Amino acid sequence: MLTKRIIPCLDVKDGRTVKGVNFVNLRDAGDAVELGALYAAQGADELVYLDITATVDGRSTFIDLVRRVAQTINIPFTVGGGISSIADVSALLHAGADKVSINSAAVRHPDLINELSLEFGSQCIVVAIDTRYIETANGHEHIVHTHGGRKATEIRSIPWAKEVEDRGAGEILLTSMDTDGTKAGFALELTATISGNANIPVIASGGAGSVEHFYDVFTAGKADAGLAASIFHFREIDIPDLKEYLKNKDLPIRMTR
Amino acid sequence: MKTVIIKYNAGNVQSVMYALDRIGASYLYTDDEAEIRSADKVIFPGVGEASTTMNYLRHVGLDKVIPSLKQPVFGTCVGMQLMCRFSEENHTECMGIFDVDVKRFPADAGLKVPHMGWNNISNYQSPLTAGLPDNAYVYFVHSYAAPVCEYTVASCDYALPFSAMLHKDNFYAAQFHCEISGNAGQQILENFLKL
Repeated sequence: MLTKRIIPCLDVKDGRTVKGVNFVNLRDAGDAVELGALYAAQGADELVYLDITATVDGRSTFIDLVRRVAQTINIPFTVGGGISSIADVSALLHAGADKVSINSAAVRHPDLINELSLEFGSQCIVVAIDTRYIETANGHEHIVHTHGGRKATEIRSIPWAKEVEDRGAGEILLTSMDTDGTKAGFALELTATISGNANIPVIASGGAGSVEHFYDVFTAGKADAGLAASIFHFREIDIPDLKEYLKNKDLPIRMTR
Repeated sequence: MKTVIIKYNAGNVQSVMYALDRIGASYLYTDDEAEIRSADKVIFPGVGEASTTMNYLRHVGLDKVIPSLKQPVFGTCVGMQLMCRFSEENHTECMGIFDVDVKRFPADAGLKVPHMGWNNISNYQSPLTAGLPDNAYVYFVHSYAAPVCEYTVASCDYALPFSAMLHKDNFYAAQFHCEISGNAGQQILENFLKL
């Protein structure tokens, strides 16, 4: 049976993970390759590496990192952050990334989704949607945000999710800026609406604080995968324990131990 | 031992090369017929769309070379589909090594297509699955699949049972991506290289 995926996300700046990481058994917790390999060994189903570097030098460092990750780990990984052209995607895929995630560039230039999926295949094009529930002329609506969730667009998130699928996205990475960082649980209703409408997988992100939250997002939230960062980095949830819990709740989970 | 990865207009095969690096296998990445014919093992990876890829193989003559190879050949993902008779993906006549037709997953089964993620394989009957735990999980990304047939040596279930692996004579194939399928995928690659 197709399993629900658990995906740790690593923010990377100048080739190193930026969020404080509390793994005593790592020689260098800032080493993004070593941390990814540890997650893979613990049973993570995929990894996401987000480049939050803004400089050109940082960019080439990131590509070098992608290459080292691909050489080291034997599970799929997605890379994102600042991707805005076919050339960017080509460089990352050739370095060994399995998928790329685009966000702001897709909002600015939606045709990019079509171009990338034609050039590289839908299966490797993930569109990240950062969404926030805000007051609009029509009352309150889920609105797409860019710039790490700081800048509102005019785009409504639910139809946008359908549009990115129609344009050839292979997967949606849905981050609720309302729940992100709260550890109060994923945005279940919105995730369920978008995943229920979609014929492509939806990765839910933002708000994970407990193992129950993952259970909720895979059931009520209808998500295909759950992504989190700090709760894994700070070992508030260990991936083997999380997967054991979900398995015992009769969800389809890939067990590796 | 000489291992060749067949070079053609497939998408990214970098992860296949890294996977071979991890198990310490050397390889040549080439489309040269003489090099391919003289290899001990041939890997035919695939990422892409069936008809474009098949047209390219015809254009360079690989559509005749691959079915005539005598050494162990391992096709993966679209590589496996192109080794079948026909693919519903843009109605493509393929190489016909396995006499089975590749079909799109039914849209009305209430399941998302592509089938993307980790799924378990079972009913192993292949030397490539030696040492694998029962119901090993491997990573799939595909919208088309070969039904279970006389060449099926491992099956998987998504909407309906389909062929996860095929085997006939010296030809081996896997629908999933061994190179990113964790330890199970690595074991299968090692088993192929040990044939």
